[in-house]
Amino acid sequence: MQLEPNRMPELDPLLLSRIQFAFTISFHILFPSFTIGLAAWLLVLEILWLKTGKRIYADIMRHWTKIFAVSFGMGVVSGVVLSYQFGTNWSEFSRLGGNVIGPLMSYEVLTAFFLEAGFLGIMLFGHDRVPKAVHLFATAMVALGTLISAFWILSANSWMQTPAGYTVGPDGVLHVADWWQVIFNPSFPYRFAHMTAAAYLTTAFIVSGIGAWYILRGRSVAHGRIMLGMGLSLLVWLAPLQLVIGDLHGLNTREHQPAKIAALEAHWETQRGAPLILFAVPDPKEEKNHFEIAVPRLGSLILTHEWDGEIRGLKSFPPEDRPNPIIPFYAFRIMVGIGTIMIAVGIIGSILWLTGRLYSSRWFLQTLVWVSPLGFLAVLAGWFTTEVGRQPWTVYGVLRTADAVSPVPGGSILFSILLFVLVYGIVFGAGLYYIAKLVSRGPDETPPVPEEGEADLSHRPMAAAGHP
Amino acid sequence: MTPDLLPIILPLVWGAILALAVFLYVLLGGYDLGLGVLFPLAPTHQDRDAMMNSVAPFWDGNETWLVLGGGGLLAAFPLAYAVMMPALYIPIIVMLIGLILRGVAFEFRFKSSAYRWTWDLAFAGGSIVAALMQGLIIGAFVQGFKVENNQFAGGAFDWLTPFALVTALAVVAGYVLLSAGWLIMKGDQALRDWAYIVARYALIAVAAFILIFSLWTPLLHPQIAARWFTPANMVMLSPVPLATVGTVYALWLALRKRMRYAPFLLAAVIFLLCYTGLAVSLFPYIIPPAITLWQAAAAPESQLFMLYGAIPILPIILGYTAYSYYVFWDATEHEGYH
Repeated sequence: MQLEPNRMPELDPLLLSRIQFAFTISFHILFPSFTIGLAAWLLVLEILWLKTGKRIYADIMRHWTKIFAVSFGMGVVSGVVLSYQFGTNWSEFSRLGGNVIGPLMSYEVLTAFFLEAGFLGIMLFGHDRVPKAVHLFATAMVALGTLISAFWILSANSWMQTPAGYTVGPDGVLHVADWWQVIFNPSFPYRFAHMTAAAYLTTAFIVSGIGAWYILRGRSVAHGRIMLGMGLSLLVWLAPLQLVIGDLHGLNTREHQPAKIAALEAHWETQRGAPLILFAVPDPKEEKNHFEIAVPRLGSLILTHEWDGEIRGLKSFPPEDRPNPIIPFYAFRIMVGIGTIMIAVGIIGSILWLTGRLYSSRWFLQTLVWVSPLGFLAVLAGWFTTEVGRQPWTVYGVLRTADAVSPVPGGSILFSILLFVLVYGIVFGAGLYYIAKLVSRGPDETPPVPEEGEADLSHRPMAAAGHP
Repeated sequence: MTPDLLPIILPLVWGAILALAVFLYVLLGGYDLGLGVLFPLAPTHQDRDAMMNSVAPFWDGNETWLVLGGGGLLAAFPLAYAVMMPALYIPIIVMLIGLILRGVAFEFRFKSSAYRWTWDLAFAGGSIVAALMQGLIIGAFVQGFKVENNQFAGGAFDWLTPFALVTALAVVAGYVLLSAGWLIMKGDQALRDWAYIVARYALIAVAAFILIFSLWTPLLHPQIAARWFTPANMVMLSPVPLATVGTVYALWLALRKRMRYAPFLLAAVIFLLCYTGLAVSLFPYIIPPAITLWQAAAAPESQLFMLYGAIPILPIILGYTAYSYYVFWDATEHEGYH
């Protein structure tokens, strides 16, 4: 029953495995990006409720807990896939890099996943079963769990980008020489800050957008104002700060992964005073750009903080060590463009707010509704930039992607890709639909939080909302 | 402890920790998946809601043991992980798909009335598929894999054997037994009556499968036969099969006497004994019959680094898992939403 490789010569296991990993991890990352921010926000709402005693905070919290539950569930099931995919599709990476990468991921399970899973039940269904302080603690533990999870997985990813603290054995197996250097490898602090900020921004953008929508449609207006206000309060300082973090991250990348910088800027030649290319069509075959629009010297200024700083071009790397610039180049521009929109929205919104015109500026609220999902696109674009920019390496400079892949026939991988596309399409399509339905229903139609002593007997709050 | 002993002891410690993680998954994920298998057979709609509610606060935690099993295998025995996962490519992927479908059903089912049947189907179908695949994986694992140069060297369908197929059915029967025990503890009167009947049939099937495997497994590898049937070992290991027979009989009696908590506990003991039997058969191989625990082990510094965390953290995890079970113990008994 073995698949005959000679019958399907066109099925390249390496390419197929890369496509499958990109597909499954792209789907997955959307949910953590959302739930990291949501968990922290729900914690803030719960604290505000307990401190002020105002029911409106509890109503918003109750409503968004349901949205959180759906997103978290989808994050969990799509995440389990990843923990096995390292073996099914990248077994040579697992075998050679397991000493380093395995413990980091195990620590994620031990310190984050169990924490989240252990307290999630109480957070979602425990309102009437445990004292308020215990519930607050459970929410805090879930929020903490999402951050710890990000810590470990970004440490593992950063180590693959900028490996440190390891030695290579005679058999090619990597060994750890210094755990501190492995965990806090050169790009980790920047990537962790960048991704955490991205998650908070993505959530704040969505929350503000939905708040704006509630105000515009004239229902749940009071809730909408709080959501919009809280979202803008975060955007106004975090979006500009993200620009600074991103800039520092870029400097770090130039130092440790110069080929990635050359690719995402589409620079072919090494030059001083390099331009910033706004638009181009990079052509890896001819090793040049078509239709280039560029601002002189700005590239060097941004990347080196000097007018005539030197930037290495792709041609200075052997062809077999170069990433293909097409995806990183465009993805990077999409990410930066969306970041700029976020900064603008945060500043304009705050000015309107301070001058008392926020709720009456329908043009602003309408724009906000439309741009609010862009954070997700920015997260994906950022990951495509950094992951495709790492190629042709799985562990940068140490293990090539072509040497990391599993000995699995292309036919099997094609089968699994089709299965994932089909099932993810159905499952996540439905998830999005249910989230949209919850959002549209709004917090004022959600049953209120039970008063002291008044037992709400449903164990699934969303179940209570789903049934008349 | 001298450094020379570490490479000998650490793989044993990690083998034990992973065995515990997998056992906890089989136990907790087992009753959890078993509910999905029983779902379409449940007498009424209300029973289905009650079954779902009884596990809703726990399924995420239950599944985390599976993630620990996978992640821990990569970390503690990377070579075993790297051989096993490609060898089991299709059953692993299909299992994951099944787990996705039944996992999201928990969230989606209560949100739609018109399409509820779709998510009922996803919950039942996903659970059955995941349970079958886990059985196939265990069966294929016991049979072993073809290994060359530290890589899996077999074909895409090597796992598809009569032995693995029978294991798949056995695992489904075992999960159904566990989940019937769960419902006997947690259900209302009507649901319990039904669960007692289910448990009795499941127990008969499980006993038959245990008999089949006791005879079949030693035939797979000569060293397994030698392990059990050398005269000295026969005496030393005889408590395992004897205890299994005793526990099966005790469970039969517990079901007849309609005991409330004993059935689940005794079913768990049967699982533990079968698990022990399997460990006796396979030790010291992690990829039978090619790779031992020590050959597959990660470097001592990696295993030690994880152990520093696992020793304090695992008891804490068990603690708050127990607390969560305590908080939601009566989660089926009031149905507030229909």
